[in-house]
Amino acid sequence: MNFMDKWKTKLQHLPTQASIYTLFVVVTALSVYFLDKSVVAFLLLLGSLLLLYFTSFKNSVKWAVGGILLFIVIPFATSGGLAHESYMEVATQCGIYIAMALGLNIVVGFAGLLDLGFVAFFAIGAYTYAIFATPQANNFISGQLFPLSGSSFWLFILIGGFVAALFGVLLGLPVLRVKGDYLAIVTLGFGEIIRIIFNNMEKPINITNGAMGLSSIQPPNLFGLKFTFPHQFYFIVVGILVIVIFTVRRLEHSKMGRSWKAIRENEIAAQSMGIPLIRTKLTAFAVGASFSGMMGVVFAAKQTFIDPTSFTLLESITILVMVILGGMGSVPGVILGAALVTILNLQVLTELTNWLNQLTMNGTISIPNALSPSKMQRFIFGAILVCIAIFRPNGLIVAKNRKVDAEQLKAERSHTPVPVGQSTGQSGGVAK
Amino acid sequence: MLYLFCGFYIHKRGFNMISEILQTLPQVLVDGLTLGAVYAVVAIGYTMVYGILEFINFAHGEIFMTGAFVGTSTLLIFNTAGLLSGMPGWVAYILILVTAMLFTGLMGVGIERVAYRPLRKAPKLITLISAIGVSFLLQDIVRFIADLKTGSFLVTGISLYNENVKIKTSSIWDSFDDAFLKTNSIIVLAVAVLLMIGLDIFINRTKWGVAMRAVAQDRETASLMSINVNKVIALTFFIGSALGGGTGVLFAQQYGTIDPYIGFILGLKAFTAAVLGGIGNVRGAMFGGLFIGVLEMFSAANLGIITSGNFGGEYKDVVAFIILITILIFKPEGLFGRAVKEKV
Amino acid sequence: MKKRKVIAALMISILTVSILAACGDSKESGGDATVIKIASQSPLSGGSSVQGEAIKLGGQMALDERKEEFKKLGFDLQFVPYDDQGDQKKGVANAEMIGADKAILAVLGHMNSGVSIPSSVVYEKYNIPMVSPANTATEVTDRKLKAVNRVVARDDFQGPAGAEYAVKTVAAKNIFVIQDKTSYGQGLAEAFKTAAEALGATIVGYEGITVGEKDFNGVLNQVLSKKPDFIFFGGLYNEGGLIVKQAREKGITVPIMGGDALDSSAMVDLAGDKLVDVLYSSVSTDMTKSNKDWADKYKETFDKSVENYSAYAYDSMNVILNGLSKAIEDNDGKLPAREKVRDAIRATTDFEGVATKVSFDDKGDNKYAKVFIYGFEGPTYPGTLISEIEQPK
Repeated sequence: MNFMDKWKTKLQHLPTQASIYTLFVVVTALSVYFLDKSVVAFLLLLGSLLLLYFTSFKNSVKWAVGGILLFIVIPFATSGGLAHESYMEVATQCGIYIAMALGLNIVVGFAGLLDLGFVAFFAIGAYTYAIFATPQANNFISGQLFPLSGSSFWLFILIGGFVAALFGVLLGLPVLRVKGDYLAIVTLGFGEIIRIIFNNMEKPINITNGAMGLSSIQPPNLFGLKFTFPHQFYFIVVGILVIVIFTVRRLEHSKMGRSWKAIRENEIAAQSMGIPLIRTKLTAFAVGASFSGMMGVVFAAKQTFIDPTSFTLLESITILVMVILGGMGSVPGVILGAALVTILNLQVLTELTNWLNQLTMNGTISIPNALSPSKMQRFIFGAILVCIAIFRPNGLIVAKNRKVDAEQLKAERSHTPVPVGQSTGQSGGVAK
Repeated sequence: MLYLFCGFYIHKRGFNMISEILQTLPQVLVDGLTLGAVYAVVAIGYTMVYGILEFINFAHGEIFMTGAFVGTSTLLIFNTAGLLSGMPGWVAYILILVTAMLFTGLMGVGIERVAYRPLRKAPKLITLISAIGVSFLLQDIVRFIADLKTGSFLVTGISLYNENVKIKTSSIWDSFDDAFLKTNSIIVLAVAVLLMIGLDIFINRTKWGVAMRAVAQDRETASLMSINVNKVIALTFFIGSALGGGTGVLFAQQYGTIDPYIGFILGLKAFTAAVLGGIGNVRGAMFGGLFIGVLEMFSAANLGIITSGNFGGEYKDVVAFIILITILIFKPEGLFGRAVKEKV
Repeated sequence: MKKRKVIAALMISILTVSILAACGDSKESGGDATVIKIASQSPLSGGSSVQGEAIKLGGQMALDERKEEFKKLGFDLQFVPYDDQGDQKKGVANAEMIGADKAILAVLGHMNSGVSIPSSVVYEKYNIPMVSPANTATEVTDRKLKAVNRVVARDDFQGPAGAEYAVKTVAAKNIFVIQDKTSYGQGLAEAFKTAAEALGATIVGYEGITVGEKDFNGVLNQVLSKKPDFIFFGGLYNEGGLIVKQAREKGITVPIMGGDALDSSAMVDLAGDKLVDVLYSSVSTDMTKSNKDWADKYKETFDKSVENYSAYAYDSMNVILNGLSKAIEDNDGKLPAREKVRDAIRATTDFEGVATKVSFDDKGDNKYAKVFIYGFEGPTYPGTLISEIEQPK
């Protein structure tokens, strides 16, 4: 056997995988702990989560290990140096975008409805909390009850999600009959309309304070503990994220998930198979919107200041890029895509720019200001979109459909014992 | 019912409101038609591509923007080369128009080749995503070329034909105010009309025009009739993009200053115009463009007056979007299109 | 077999750690002098990049001039510009990175008030002082954060100053107000409107436009129908220049006034020879007259003409560096803690800069911020100084 085959068989061996994996985690965690502000180490540590996906452990083991990584290893590893909060900030923003990307994934990836105005739901969630957690609400509800204290934050996560879902249904209702490209434009229009409305809603009644934004939003408050630091928000975000991922997986493999995929493939065929189009589409919008709404509430509490400039079209396209890059309809893919794009935006590009700046100031090389990487954001997004569309339309991690073994199902139905050792094959992908 | 409502509302608000609206009506019309002409020609570009490929070229707005930049930079180059003082204004104008149109036409063909042709068999979603990608790429490429050359991506060009013309509409009817017209506006209108007539003749009277209509109707059968479909599609893109680029030059001359982001919102509104007129229908697109232009000017000038300050001119973009949404929901084939039944 | 595996694993991990260590090290700068970094945050891309760039360059010039001074004290002074893209998310993310970098002791920035407000919460957490050369929104310092300071006048001073001038000097009775629906433009316009109404003028129109818009015919048609005798515009030069140009082209001849964001050479580029009878309020004196040498030096160093924000940034950086050197002094020549630098900066009194005199009050506002009214009478920048208005004591 040649070397590669030998390695491959070795890698199939579970204990080998486990030991290599643990070694990797330990090495990267220690590097993050001891090295100050090393972006590479941090990325590798996050990469260990990705590696986890590719290992062949049992699902429950993967979840458990993932949980340990997220809740214990990463927070402690990053607490070594002063860069702690910076890492946590990046991780928190990642988490927020991952949840939103998962929401968009339901609408675009599962149900095939191209929504370009997705950031509107994020805005709705954020404003829902912000209006009531600042004195703003006193403008239209009399009684000087506001701002509500930070302990209402936890309730508002649910309220925000619900209000966003409501708007998802409201926005989805008129566009039910619109298809394909047109749907994209219409949703884009809706997204812009919501932003313009928020930007202008200070007359006749001052609801959103228009372009001035809402500031001094109450931070979350749990039995007296105020959450103001990124590392505290990290846990909130990861907590919500776990719930979101769990929900998405359950929905994906449920009747609703299959209905969505059916609609994506061919609406008329799905309809003739008895799938209620309206209800299915609206549910897709509502669920996707609710994830955005919940994260909107968290975002508002974290930034303590929101204004309409955070909710532009570029945001919607960014989230779309995350979904496309990761793989439409593929939950792990979308998580990877969201993480990659966020880290690219927040850390990699900035660090690259700083590094180039240092080189320019030292006189080593001279890159003109116009080409600085942090300004090239749109270029990179555009290039990613085009390349993915042409070369790898299914994204980085292709969506997999669970293949069900017909024999096993029949056997289960008739309660007869069946030979052990069936494997569930995988197939799938949105674009052929 | 609508008339009753309007009548009642007008009576309630008083004739003051009416007289205010009437006063600026000529100016609003003039501005609206100019803007509408720009929308109309850009809309034609959208509609042509959609008719042939059944796909919205998201990047069309950016092609318009590139045309504006090419025209402006050509003019600036003429200026620094000292050529500008030598030639009469209209020669320079035609030169930059032709340059920009050629450039954007070729660019459109190139984009089709690189970003859309490989995806002809792919689902619509993927092509749309590719188009969005191209749109972003173009925005940024133009941005950093402009940034590199001038230090800021806002570029102010030289406006030929900057004089003002006063139209004495107040002599027609007392309630009208005078309207001011830039000489360039007349040029914009004239060129737009010329381009539209030229296109109409081309599509309806020439062999290539027939080929385009054939491919738009049924691509496979047209290829059976020995029409080179790829060439026809390339030609469509060339013409559509050239039209868009030419309009860009007109726009740049009209407003003087351009930036890489003007294409996007304008493209969206032009698309609304194309849809309003019936996607695939060139004459409909022309009408749609003019209609949206005038409506936008009207709402910008008068929304505040009508709603007594509650919803001001900043909602004018919303008006365009609402039209789009309404049309797509209630009459997706547009005003002049034919309803197409979806076949299984 | 097992031993080989263990050795292999060990080698891989050593290799990995060394790679990571190498990457990490290359980010830290060597040298025996202690490194002190001053960061700047301003929009280097996007619509306000001209002014954002000016802020960065102004700060850089001030820092470069004083590098020698700090070298003698044993400190290597470095400048780290960040691009906040005018976006608050980026601003906050950058702020966290700045907080994480132990060597950064102060921040020059931001330009947009909307970005400063959430970012300053982060600076406050890390005790990093921030001096803004451009924020005018009242909210920025009204929260009484110890870390936040600004050298420019607040909206609630600039707006009324403009209104005074408009109503008292120009004798405007019917004023049409246009604003760009950003926190800066709207804040300024609101302050102006309230003050003008209090002085007895009638506001015949209050309209909003969108940033990025090129066609202002709509709102200008409204102006035509209302026939005011004065127009006030709260917004940035991108739109301001175009509004002036299009208004003049439409035959609107009344004076147009704006705020300090119109204080830029870009107004000349945009409006060209239509730039007549335009006023703007500003917080700094005319650089090319009062301090021509400085303006020339700037032009020579960076090959760009000076903007007023360059001057404010230059002064802000010097305020920071003065506070820094005082803190070093108080600490017997050793590296001071961030809180000490913050307090030293807040304690700045009677600092004479090229653009303005600086003394911070307990909220971080500049007691000496004066408002100057300038007028454009043609396509030259800067305009002519018309009047000076001091803060009410």
